[in-house]
Amino acid sequence: MKENSALERLKNGIITENPTFVLTLGMCPTLAVTTSAINGLGMGLTTMAVLALSNMFISMLRKVIPDKVRIPAFIVIIASFVTVVELLLKAFIPSLYDALGLYIPLIVVNCIILGRAEAYASKNKVIPSLFDGIGMGLGFTLALTIIGAVRELIGAGQLFNIQVMPDSYVPCSIFVLAPGAFFVLAALTAIQNKIRINGEKKGRDMSKIQSGCGGDCMNCNKEEAEHGNC
Amino acid sequence: MSDLMKVSSNPHIRSKVTTKSIMLAVVVALLPAAGFGIYNFGLDALILILVTIATTVLTEYLYEKAMHKPVTIGDFSAVVTGLLLALNLPSTAPWWIAVIGGVFAILVVKMLFGGLGQNFMNPALGARCFLLISYTSIMCNFQTDTYTGATPLAALKAGEDVNILDMVIGRTAGTIGETSMIAIVIGACFLLLLGVIDLRIPGTYLVSFIIFLILFGGHGVDPAFISAHLAGGGLMLGAFFMATDYVTRPITKKGQYLYGIFLGVLTGIFRIFGPSAEGVSYAIIIGNLIVPLIEKVTLPKAFGKGGERS
Repeated sequence: MKENSALERLKNGIITENPTFVLTLGMCPTLAVTTSAINGLGMGLTTMAVLALSNMFISMLRKVIPDKVRIPAFIVIIASFVTVVELLLKAFIPSLYDALGLYIPLIVVNCIILGRAEAYASKNKVIPSLFDGIGMGLGFTLALTIIGAVRELIGAGQLFNIQVMPDSYVPCSIFVLAPGAFFVLAALTAIQNKIRINGEKKGRDMSKIQSGCGGDCMNCNKEEAEHGNC
Repeated sequence: MSDLMKVSSNPHIRSKVTTKSIMLAVVVALLPAAGFGIYNFGLDALILILVTIATTVLTEYLYEKAMHKPVTIGDFSAVVTGLLLALNLPSTAPWWIAVIGGVFAILVVKMLFGGLGQNFMNPALGARCFLLISYTSIMCNFQTDTYTGATPLAALKAGEDVNILDMVIGRTAGTIGETSMIAIVIGACFLLLLGVIDLRIPGTYLVSFIIFLILFGGHGVDPAFISAHLAGGGLMLGAFFMATDYVTRPITKKGQYLYGIFLGVLTGIFRIFGPSAEGVSYAIIIGNLIVPLIEKVTLPKAFGKGGERS
């Protein structure tokens, strides 16, 4: 697969550098809104829309933005798109808007978006950046939906608000509460790692992480750490 | 050749105390409470205790087999965890509650953090809180054929009178092992005499709890109120068997006093000001979490360091 092609960027975002399971970025929405599959899907798609648009715009403006003030410039672009998305959600999908609540404006400080702007969009051409945003967004959406589905299934016996478990099943309600998010995220990350390590043993290199910030928010670039709140 | 002539590297004097002997002592010490629970609540309690212990031991065995690690079920720590967890369940709980609790205690709280000695939280209490949050209605259903009223602590919280003699003997509603203060104290005395536990943590825990009750309980120095609080709920079981858990208590002596005071104050806050009647389990697991901090501030000075230079 050619580097920086649209397809490669999509695969990179969904599998190789999945923002949730591999880069562990954007943990705040991941843990907070995934109480059900539909909430996870909604949050993921909302983030994807912002991510794709902001990546595209930042890539377009990458030669105009002075290096010293690039973070504030990125934030302004991202915040504009978040506001647009927020108003659209409020107007057309009020139920999702109510469910996500505070976490929509908080997309502005989502690590993934600023991370992709800094690590990819500000250095690459427009089309790959757009697809990088879509790929990362899809990976995020996939991860959030899976986490949400597992939590909803165990914690409420439902899937996308449809009862799937038999009536005799007693829901384990801790899974829709905060601790459940940590249990499910840890378990899914472990499964994902297991698959990746097995893949590596068979000689397939699936751990190629070259671009991106590597998800190491602790040792993050200082400026980024000041502005991008993980 | 006599032992005196043997050449070996140190240590030369070995204690006979092993993990297994300590754990066995704890199991024996819990038997009075378990026995009274079975006498009090009937066959249901016995089945629950057996199911929980079987689950914890089997979980530990299967996990260690699957991970190709040495199997450590011979040290009886899983039995202690299972027994303690069972004593913390109401006798009305269905068997699958015991299974979920046992698997959570061993798999998540203990083995995933590295097994015995590495767990940051008491496995039995972690599992109890997990069940309490997940299945609140099942875990708080104390209605049996014999007892239909509220637990003594709930009655006390509602301002009703309680029969303290019944509470001390254990003829009240509650979880399987917590009702009888006498049975628990007998077991605790056995452990104290063997030297498995000492009074540092339970003593400071109970004393600070009593002081908290006098100050904030709203009844002043009222022996009836205080003894009802001491005999009711899981305080005795928690103070003697859970707070003293070797793995999750502070190592330093000063730290153990601090830990006991912290637990007493937290339990007091939860019982007096909290929405629910009982708070021992939450107090102890929160205590477990701050143990690393306690140990950091009470770290003793190494020999030769500190002090005045002469």
